Amino acid sequence: MKNAVNREIPDELLQNGRKPFMGSGYYEGTEYRKDAPSVRVREKSFETKLLPSIREAVQKCGVKDGMTVSFHHHFREGDYIINMVMKEIVALGIRDITIAASSVGAAHDPVAEYIEQGIVTGLQTSGIRGRIGEAVSHGKLKTPAVLRSHGGRVRAVERGEVHIDVAFIGAPTSDCYGNARGVGGKSDCGVLSYAMVDAKYADKVVVITDTLVDFPNFPPSIQAVDVDWVVVVDAIGDPKKIATKAARMSQDPRDLMMAEYCARVMAATPYFRDGFSFQTGVGGASLAANRFLESMLVEKNYKIKWIIGGITKPAVDLLNKGLVEMIVDAQDFDVDSVQSIRDNPRHYEISVSQYASPGNKGAFVNKLDFVILAALDVDPDFNVHGITGSDGVLRGAPGGHPDASAGAKCTIIVTPLVRGRMATICEHVVTVTTPGECVDVVVTDYGIAVNPKRQDLLASLREAGLPLKTIEELKDEAYHIAGVPDDLEFHERVVAIMEARDGTILDVVRQIKPMKL
Amino acid sequence: MRRSMLFVSAQRPALLKDAYVYKPDSLLLDLEDAVAENQKDAARFSLYHALKTVDYRGVERVVRINGLDTPHWKEDIRVAVAGGADAVRISKCEKADDVRTVVRHIEQAEEEFGAEREQTLVMAALESPLGILNAYEICTACPERMIGVAIAGGDFRKSMQTRYYPGGLEMLGGRSNMLLAARAAGVQCFDTVFTNLDDMEGFRAEVEQNKQMGFDGKSLISPRQIAVVHEVFAPTQKEILEAEKIVRAWRENSALGIGVFTVDGKMIDIAFIPGAERVIMMAKASGLYRGDL
Repeated sequence: MKNAVNREIPDELLQNGRKPFMGSGYYEGTEYRKDAPSVRVREKSFETKLLPSIREAVQKCGVKDGMTVSFHHHFREGDYIINMVMKEIVALGIRDITIAASSVGAAHDPVAEYIEQGIVTGLQTSGIRGRIGEAVSHGKLKTPAVLRSHGGRVRAVERGEVHIDVAFIGAPTSDCYGNARGVGGKSDCGVLSYAMVDAKYADKVVVITDTLVDFPNFPPSIQAVDVDWVVVVDAIGDPKKIATKAARMSQDPRDLMMAEYCARVMAATPYFRDGFSFQTGVGGASLAANRFLESMLVEKNYKIKWIIGGITKPAVDLLNKGLVEMIVDAQDFDVDSVQSIRDNPRHYEISVSQYASPGNKGAFVNKLDFVILAALDVDPDFNVHGITGSDGVLRGAPGGHPDASAGAKCTIIVTPLVRGRMATICEHVVTVTTPGECVDVVVTDYGIAVNPKRQDLLASLREAGLPLKTIEELKDEAYHIAGVPDDLEFHERVVAIMEARDGTILDVVRQIKPMKL
Repeated sequence: MRRSMLFVSAQRPALLKDAYVYKPDSLLLDLEDAVAENQKDAARFSLYHALKTVDYRGVERVVRINGLDTPHWKEDIRVAVAGGADAVRISKCEKADDVRTVVRHIEQAEEEFGAEREQTLVMAALESPLGILNAYEICTACPERMIGVAIAGGDFRKSMQTRYYPGGLEMLGGRSNMLLAARAAGVQCFDTVFTNLDDMEGFRAEVEQNKQMGFDGKSLISPRQIAVVHEVFAPTQKEILEAEKIVRAWRENSALGIGVFTVDGKMIDIAFIPGAERVIMMAKASGLYRGDL
């Protein structure tokens, strides 16, 4: 049947109470009892939870066929944990494993092999890139991968839709009891926000660190009360790929023009006032918006109350200049943000449940004023796509996009009208990852479109003299420049389910047909 | 109105295809210095197809041709005219005959490609002391096609045995002489590029000086510079209000056959009208005037 964003969802997926996407806020106010982990009682005195190897931890946790193991992606493309753990699981002859990760990427290419061998049979993630994406797109995974937003992943864990048997948590520092922190050590990643949830809901929790510190390692991101075992290894990741050097602020005139439009859109809305809240993605134009925002803040003598999300240097700079009161941080993307959470008392670590889950009693995103995010494609209903490449292969991440978009009072999507030779405003997006009803404004280099449901914003932006177009005009312009592309060719088989943040099915990804030239 | 004239290399299709999105008044589509010697053909090919297929949304398209001392300029003119460019910018122009030579070739090309006669305008870049000294003759060499003149700072400074200094004292003579000649000839006058993109303060100061000296606009090397020029050249609210009053009063009075009248105590006659109308035009272009004039 067709769902609320007009996507055909196969009936066989709509079983066991699973619904197609019914529109945002469908479950608002409903109540449920949270899932709970099994806990092992340890009432006697003991010295340490240290184990000599990951293999032993896998064995002690009783990992067996059919289980679900979880990982976080705070180490980004520098992560060693997934490969190290999976290597031991495979070596022990365990099969039919589901990986529930907050994201997977090219760092985890070896896992693609396990998918092809039928050892890894399930994948639940908020981001998918590299060879894993290719393997899934080509139908190698036995069951459809489940793609969720960051908040949606937490909700699924909290509701027990994903029950984690064992969480393997890479941690820059830990003590022998498993008090673990995101700061410090050799592989400093700043925060452990994704892992906080896994630690609370997994039956077994293993902390893997390369820097063992004295007990107690305080204040901890992961608490020892939730941890079963601790393993010390030589290296949990490649520090150069974990906290990368801050991206130079884009100097590309197109990015800067779009960034300025974004800042001017913000300034034209009633939400631009002293003490607003703000999130940006990490794309060139999204980040550059900070630069234009800064002068607008100074001019008006305004301060931002809080910035949230994945944190980068521009946010840290605003904090250090006193233009932001506090940063609430669920992920760090560069050396500057890692350093800031270590040194600045106004920079706070939060869990991803606090950040974005639609399954709790009120996450931070629900109080956001503005979010600026990128997109791969946008359709005339403002539906946003951000998971598959133009070749239909999975290589993207909905991440926190759907969560922040749903929560923010003003959601701004910024994208060039044409990328390479592809129209980004197009008739049909490849996969809907954020429903259009959550998107208010689309900023392009050719003009700005306002979602017709936001007539209030339309009036404000018109008054401000911004270059407004309708989304259809932008689409026509894009097709005029780039032409109308041929449709991608897919098999019928569903290889991934794109869940809406509330657990309903927003869209499906089908197996790609091999490209013929 | 040509406040901002943005250089775009004809060798870079990514820019060529839609540089109008940055909303300069004019694009200087460059076949000269921005194109490597062995890429002139390829650049002409790209440029021709861009001119023929891209709708530049009212942004003027000026083709900068190679100097008359090169083997390229004749073919450059043919491509510019065949593509339907609005104007040709003559590099290293030193004398009125340079303009006449180029115009002759433009006429031939217009005939060859069946283009409308006088479809293609010209402007001249003055890059040497000789060019500056001959500015008036250059400006008046072809009144029906001549847009105006632009000083080119790089070569001019070199031939004056100086370099860039903040404040621009080294360019004062060149700029002033060219401005005098252009104004005397009734054509437009454009300042040179500012090449340090990291020094936006220095750039703004130079644009402010350009406005003070009476330039119509400036050649630019990056879209990032456009907003500053438009901002600096935009009239103030006071100027707009005054201009609006003058134009309205002129329309009312001239309909009654009155040629001299007062606005806010100041005597106004026909001599004030072009200036007031220019202010309104600039205000409209800067998005500062939404009235009905």
